[in-house]
Amino acid sequence: MALPRIFTEPLLGRNPVTVQILGICSSLAVTTSLETAATMAASLTVVLVLSSLAVSLIRRHLPNSIRLIVQIVIVASLVIVIDQVLQAYLFEISQRLSVFVGLITTNCLVLGRTEGFARSNPPLPSMIDALGNGLGYSAILLAVGAIRELFGQGTLMGLTVLPTAEQGGWFTPLSLMLLAPSAFFILGFAVWALRSAFPEQQEAPEHVPPEVQEARP
Amino acid sequence: MTGLGDLFLRAMFVENMPLAFFLGLCTFLALSKRPGTAVGLGIAMIGVMGITVPLSQILYTAVLAPGAWAWAGLPEVDLSYLSLLCFIGLIAAAVQMLEMLLERFAPAIHAAFGVFLPLLTVQCAILAASLFMVERRYSLPESFVFGLGSGAGFALAVIMLSAIRARLAYADLPGGLRGLGITFMLAGMMSLGFAAFGQMVAP
Repeated sequence: MALPRIFTEPLLGRNPVTVQILGICSSLAVTTSLETAATMAASLTVVLVLSSLAVSLIRRHLPNSIRLIVQIVIVASLVIVIDQVLQAYLFEISQRLSVFVGLITTNCLVLGRTEGFARSNPPLPSMIDALGNGLGYSAILLAVGAIRELFGQGTLMGLTVLPTAEQGGWFTPLSLMLLAPSAFFILGFAVWALRSAFPEQQEAPEHVPPEVQEARP
Repeated sequence: MTGLGDLFLRAMFVENMPLAFFLGLCTFLALSKRPGTAVGLGIAMIGVMGITVPLSQILYTAVLAPGAWAWAGLPEVDLSYLSLLCFIGLIAAAVQMLEMLLERFAPAIHAAFGVFLPLLTVQCAILAASLFMVERRYSLPESFVFGLGSGAGFALAVIMLSAIRARLAYADLPGGLRGLGITFMLAGMMSLGFAAFGQMVAP
């Protein structure tokens, strides 16, 4: 596959979250505000690209039987570095992200890409594939984060966009947007919209209803 | 005693891993198509979390916590930044051990689990339970109860979701909503329902 195509495919057509069902675990909890979502998206993309590079470099020397544990150790080491960097330079955000930075380790997306692509491809395509997947994940994360922050608090990145009633404006914040269920609903509607736009992504029905002729009097 | 019971109910209902914290969603969504597989996954989760969380607690207090090396004359050593790596290794080892023990002594249960046991190594909810344990400074009995409760909460949620999905297999849904889309909606509604439990253990 050509390099540009490897990069663009995961952005919409084969988006890791909505099509491959990878990496949903950590993507929803951090989307109550755009700022945490952006931090999380950036951390995940960095970890993904670097771990793809590392796994791809050692792919010829990696025994099959222990490959999973080696991949997990590589990813966990990178995540520790990111975690320490965040704690040093962005302490407040790292407190709000709580355990979710550490959970990048078990993010199915990272392991899915190293296992599914980087293990059998040279470094450059692996990194490009990782970058494409990371950006596809980031796009979903930022969209959900923006919707939840805008309608839940009337702000974007902490700046007031819709002045809330408490501050003398007109907008009443929807507190449901800050709770867990809204993230599920937003993602469900996003999947619905994407799959209506790209019908080839739809799943086949498990049970086909039988054709019934209308009864005639 | 009431403290531990409280903790169990809290971990199972109020802080339900998939529905309140979005943890372990990959397996939650992928393996909830049939109630049979969901029951197997749920039991495996209870077993693995009940074992790994107290083990991580022992490992953390004995080796990793700040000041754990004071007896060796190194009071300022703080290895807690390594906890992520150690917990992952511990979970992988515990899962592997559980699998071998089951295969040797209870082949029927092992066959029922099928492929789920090795998959649990990369389950976010299990690692998260260990990390929450550190963040909230649970003691050994507390972490055991917390692990069991979180596992039971996951089992409850995944079995309920699979039951609803089994009913919906015959529904005529719009194409875009089929499969993943409707599962998100269902999870959202279940999450709304579980939010009601928030009042249950409130102080």
